Amino acid sequence: MSSVLYDAQGPRAKRRNILYTVVFLAALAALVWWVYTALDEKNQLDWALWKPYLGGGTEAYSTYIWPGLQNTLKAAALSMVIALPLGAVLGIARLSDHVWVRVPAAVVVEFFRAIPVLVLMIFGLALFSQYTDVSSDDRPFYAVVTGLVLYNASVLAEIVRAGILSLPKGQSEAAMAIGLRKGQVMRTILLPQAVTAMLPAIVSQLVVIVKDTALGGAVLTFPELLASANTASAYYGANTIASFTIVAVIYLIINFSLTTFASWLEGRLRRRKKSTGAVLSVEDTAGIPGHAGTGTSA
Amino acid sequence: MFDFLDDYDVLGAFWTTVQLTLLSAAGSLIWGTLLAAMRVGPVPLMRGFGTAYVNIVRNIPLTVIILFSSLGLYQTLRITLGAGDIVDTANFRLAVLGLIVYTSAFVCEAIRSGINTVPVGQAEAARAIGLSFTQVLFLVVLPQAFRAAVGPLANVLIALTKNTTVAAAIGVAEAALLMKDMVEREAQLLLISAIIAFGFCCLTLPTGLILGWVGKKVAVKR
Repeated sequence: MSSVLYDAQGPRAKRRNILYTVVFLAALAALVWWVYTALDEKNQLDWALWKPYLGGGTEAYSTYIWPGLQNTLKAAALSMVIALPLGAVLGIARLSDHVWVRVPAAVVVEFFRAIPVLVLMIFGLALFSQYTDVSSDDRPFYAVVTGLVLYNASVLAEIVRAGILSLPKGQSEAAMAIGLRKGQVMRTILLPQAVTAMLPAIVSQLVVIVKDTALGGAVLTFPELLASANTASAYYGANTIASFTIVAVIYLIINFSLTTFASWLEGRLRRRKKSTGAVLSVEDTAGIPGHAGTGTSA
Repeated sequence: MFDFLDDYDVLGAFWTTVQLTLLSAAGSLIWGTLLAAMRVGPVPLMRGFGTAYVNIVRNIPLTVIILFSSLGLYQTLRITLGAGDIVDTANFRLAVLGLIVYTSAFVCEAIRSGINTVPVGQAEAARAIGLSFTQVLFLVVLPQAFRAAVGPLANVLIALTKNTTVAAAIGVAEAALLMKDMVEREAQLLLISAIIAFGFCCLTLPTGLILGWVGKKVAVKR
């Protein structure tokens, strides 16, 4: 095979590649061996430490992992449901013809994107404990959702704006020409098309949200998936490595399926003949200045 | 109104944030470039490794990586990165390590998107005059790719600046941890939040503006 950077390979290049492969393989093997001995030395490979997860018993999952996972998904879903309409409003407001609508919306969006999610969550936690009577058990959940909503609404606002701007100009011109008002153009012509164009970007934003819930567990005592790894490892005799590995694999499965779904959706929308052909890819949202959350869109 | 600030080292905390950012940025630029080189290279095994690394690391929360480097590497495996028994130093270094591991995946993708902007003809011409893969990559493609990647890399840098707050999870005394400490002990929520928010705006907004300007200036006009 050939690519931009190299031609189809001749015999010499092929021999050289085999050499590189062998050297790289040796380096990888050395790394794996080093990890293995380091783990073995500290007895981290003992079956007792991995048994709760891999031994066929479901207790570890039903007591620790599943409740944590439920909280993670609950916080992520709720944040998305609140942030989406809020983001749509902010995004449309940024496209307004009126300066007094456009500028405040822009300030809000830029402000919340410049600030780390964790800072917003800490703010939320203090806000609920000082100014409301939300019970102390519920506060971390409220705080996590508040932080995620504030941040993701402003990111989604940019996605909505980019989605609407990606539509051909003729769409709104034609709509105005047949006498629709501005609101009607937005509601009946632009938004429905923009939503389809934005779908892949919105799905991949979910990955960022799922990843950011972990902050709540590590800093705000929100009992989500990552925090459940900590409690589990305390119960099963300090099997930190095993617990973290399992939790990382679960995050990986959820987020990888979301990423794969997003790119499948993108490919499907691009192939479809009927639309205007505007599809906002994952890369497009990565191009939004400063967007990245605790994880540049995946 | 600002009296209580005397008890806290606000500038020191933001200095730690800046240090975390700069050290991790340097590290992830190097490792990310190597990963990008692997991903576009002719050796299938390296390509596979690069792809797997990026896909795995991007889908795991940074918090998991940072917390693992403290609880897993430090407390369980006693890896201190040469910090001896000083917990604070060890945690700082491990936080930098975690940030590098995570951020380099995004640096790799930013550079790869830059490589994609270089026209095929350039590499073909370079090969036609007899340059090897390494020469094509480092003399012709990467210099242009970096100029095109300034924008995406600036986004990664801004994200990294914000991501350094995750180090608060393992007790590194940076801005977010200071904020948590302050809001728990003082009754000045809005003032404290405004100060911390202002600090982050000072770090992230100019980065975006300056690097955006640099990106436009160095971009190869095609």
